[in-house]
Amino acid sequence: MKPAKFDYHAPASVDEAVELLARYGGDAKVLAGGQSLVPLLNFRLARPAALVDVNRIAALSYVREVDGTVAFGAMTRQRTIEFSPVVASRLPLLREATRWVGHLPIRSRGTIGGSIAHADPSAEYPAVLTALGGEVEVQGPRGRRTVKAADLFETYLTTTLAPEELVVEVRLPAMPAGSGYAFEEFARRHGDFAIVGIAAMLVRDGARCTSARLAAAGAGPVPVRLRAAEEILERDGLGDAAIEAAAARAAELVAPDSDIHASAEYRRHLTSVLTGRALRRALKTPRP
Amino acid sequence: MNDVALRLTVNGQPREGRCAPRKLLVDFLREDLALTGTHVGCEHGICGACTILVNGEAARSCLMLAVQADGAELVTIEGLMRDGVLHPLQEAFREHHGLQCGFCTPGMLMTALDLLHVKPEPTEADVREGLSAVLCRCTGYHGILKAVQAAAPRMVTAAHQGRNA
Ligand SMILES: Cc1cc2nc3c(=O)[nH]c(=O)nc-3n(C[C@H](O)[C@H](O)[C@H](O)COP(=O)(O)OP(=O)(O)OC[C@H]3O[C@@H](n4cnc5c(N)ncnc54)[C@H](O)[C@@H]3O)c2cc1C
Ligand code: FES
Ligand code: FES
Repeated sequence: MKPAKFDYHAPASVDEAVELLARYGGDAKVLAGGQSLVPLLNFRLARPAALVDVNRIAALSYVREVDGTVAFGAMTRQRTIEFSPVVASRLPLLREATRWVGHLPIRSRGTIGGSIAHADPSAEYPAVLTALGGEVEVQGPRGRRTVKAADLFETYLTTTLAPEELVVEVRLPAMPAGSGYAFEEFARRHGDFAIVGIAAMLVRDGARCTSARLAAAGAGPVPVRLRAAEEILERDGLGDAAIEAAAARAAELVAPDSDIHASAEYRRHLTSVLTGRALRRALKTPRP
Repeated sequence: MNDVALRLTVNGQPREGRCAPRKLLVDFLREDLALTGTHVGCEHGICGACTILVNGEAARSCLMLAVQADGAELVTIEGLMRDGVLHPLQEAFREHHGLQCGFCTPGMLMTALDLLHVKPEPTEADVREGLSAVLCRCTGYHGILKAVQAAAPRMVTAAHQGRNA
């Protein structure tokens, strides 16, 4: 099928974009990479009165490291992230997760802001944002505000943002030097959305684990931080028994639903298995 | 809403047109520019038949509006052959039986071209991962894999000689 009619605007600035969103009062949609929105338009599952295409806002594309935080303009393409030297050295977990996002031609267009705003619970970027405790900067008619990952995702494909708010920046704390990391995923075919994916980061001091970060994608209506599993590692270290215990605990922390791709029970099983795998690989994979 | 005007470069040629904002880039290429080599399959990004190069990078032309390509440089399957000589990738697809009905072939070639630009010396696993972006219902993929692997060193050589890469 083809998209229904819409008004098309391609503003050159963030202020102009927000003004347009406010003018349509919730009937306009932001068009970022279009890799999720355009299929919905083509099948008329979405019929917005207007599209506010933010691809011409050059100021929304950058990767910058400032005081231990890596900031991404919302329109930074997934492909740019995949090949960014800053990401390779400061956020290798994000780089690894990126390889699981669709395929290279999808990543040529898809953006970090779009992926997070779209809030697909099976998506990799929301899980990494959740694991690392990142945040987004949004601009609306009443100015700017910061929303932490933990306050951002409401349910399937829904964030807590208002329709006239634009995500302008995504910020992730740089991973500590030497921290271990892994993104493990199970999907039916490479490039499909995850059935379950696990993002893991471990900070070590000798045999001790001073900080563990774990989040699951695909195991519920929003990405889930697996805090009680992290606590087992922070208390008991990174031996086999602690990893087994954390993996078993992970399955209890998620509340997946059944759908055509997998049953809730299977997703719970995967959460545990992939947590174990991610932790074991993270032990052997230090950040440069 | 009123039609929009656009100017772009397609296969090295300046082109222009007018269309409704809701017109997809793939339909603009096929209907307005009569470049029917780019195929339309699923219209939701899955099959890859519509893949073209946008400013040098492979992208789905069914997931872009034509108006978004205003000012862009596109390469479609029609742009691969030069002066009557097949591109090394096309030659390799012919040699290794990389196509049967040909429906997926334009997308396969444009995807492979981008892959080989990013990774000029890919492993078999790299090629498998890269081509998982395009669905083929005929060949069983083995001929396509062989063709891309055969084309890789030839494209490196051609690039050194400043030809057709
Ligand atoms: C074949 C295929 C496979 C895919 N596989 C995966 C996968 O495995 N994992 C994965 O994570 N994703 C996958 N995707 C989706 C892809 O990553 C999308 O790019 C991403 O989900 C949305 O980003 P976008 O920039 O394309 O946003 P768009 O499609 O343009 O927008 C998506 C939604 O977010 C809103 N939005 C976008 N940007 C902003 C902003 N700055 N502020 C406020 N709202 C905004 C839009 O209004 C829209 O509602 C796949 C897509 C395809 C077509
Ligand atoms: S028609 Fe574009 S991906 Fe199938
Ligand atoms: S050759 Fe027929 S679909 Fe690939």
